[in-house]
Amino acid sequence: MHLAQFNVAHMRAPVDDPLLAEFVAALEPVNTLADAAPGFVWRAIANEDDPEETITHEFGDHLLINYSIWASRETLWNFVYRSPHLAVLQRRREWFQRVAEPYTVMWWVEEGEIPSLKEAWNRLTLLREKGPTADAFTFKEFYEPNGARG
Amino acid sequence: MDELAAVAALNDPVRRELYRFVTSKGRPVGRNEAAEAAGVARPLAAFHLDKLVEAGLLEADFARLTEKKGPGSGRPAKVYRRAPGEHVVSVPPRDYRTLALVLAEVVDLLGGDEVAEKAAHRIGARLGAESAAATLAELLAERGYEPYDDDGLLRLRNCPFHVLAQEQPLLVCSMNLSLCRGLLEGRGEPGAPRLDPRPGECCVVFPQENSKTNQS
Repeated sequence: MHLAQFNVAHMRAPVDDPLLAEFVAALEPVNTLADAAPGFVWRAIANEDDPEETITHEFGDHLLINYSIWASRETLWNFVYRSPHLAVLQRRREWFQRVAEPYTVMWWVEEGEIPSLKEAWNRLTLLREKGPTADAFTFKEFYEPNGARG
Repeated sequence: MDELAAVAALNDPVRRELYRFVTSKGRPVGRNEAAEAAGVARPLAAFHLDKLVEAGLLEADFARLTEKKGPGSGRPAKVYRRAPGEHVVSVPPRDYRTLALVLAEVVDLLGGDEVAEKAAHRIGARLGAESAAATLAELLAERGYEPYDDDGLLRLRNCPFHVLAQEQPLLVCSMNLSLCRGLLEGRGEPGAPRLDPRPGECCVVFPQENSKTNQS
């Protein structure tokens, strides 16, 4: 099984606003890092030719989405928290609003399977409505592929 | 094995020296190398290294230490590295870890990370100013970071807040960065530590100027 992760971030301004400039500039290096990271499987890309283009969707305005698939919890963890990605994450308050509800969700997928963006959004909604379950969970409250608490 | 017994396994100067040597390397260490570093014969080093494995402080594995392959390359050598897990002994019993986990959770729930970073900076500055350590590296070593020079950068092999950093990585790593900035400020030294985490190490790295001024 592979691990899918989906997260949303509420931007403090439109993506082309100077406020977001340093974040947008970090997109290409961080995405390049992700693509080369151990355990990286797939990520949603808006435009093959423009690494700074963000994914369009129907889930709300000023909402940045990030959707990727990884080989394991450990490889995703090491990319998120144990790579230069952490320094970008640490500055999130400069660019994104604080949200009270969960903004990141994970679930297991069959190898080779890439669920739709709509499905990813539904997983986040499930987490927000029911809390962590084997179908929609988080690093802190993690579930193994067999449904056991990690 | 209980915690006290694990820690008590270090109550031998040779064993302590071997443990220090193996853990300072950040890679698997062979018996010959460890024996040489501790200044003891190989069989004695092997005996103590295996005792440290029994105590759960080191982990043993087999690896080829030379590039040679095929017949004549010999069997793989026994190598040692620090075991995962931690051993805390407090007499009388104290449990700061549980309280720290609760408080970290509270900060997270309140969205108080910026306040927590400021507090960490202040406390770091106080610790930095109070310390009698001659160099930044010495201060970091005292505080359990296990600093080492990496091509001019001062990197930290050990995360003193490991359990908390697993539970609340973003909060704890950000607080740790602020604490490190405070330590430097408290010493009255310039320089800008930054986040550059690697798997299995501390997330903070100090730039060249801090490393250089601390070369002995």
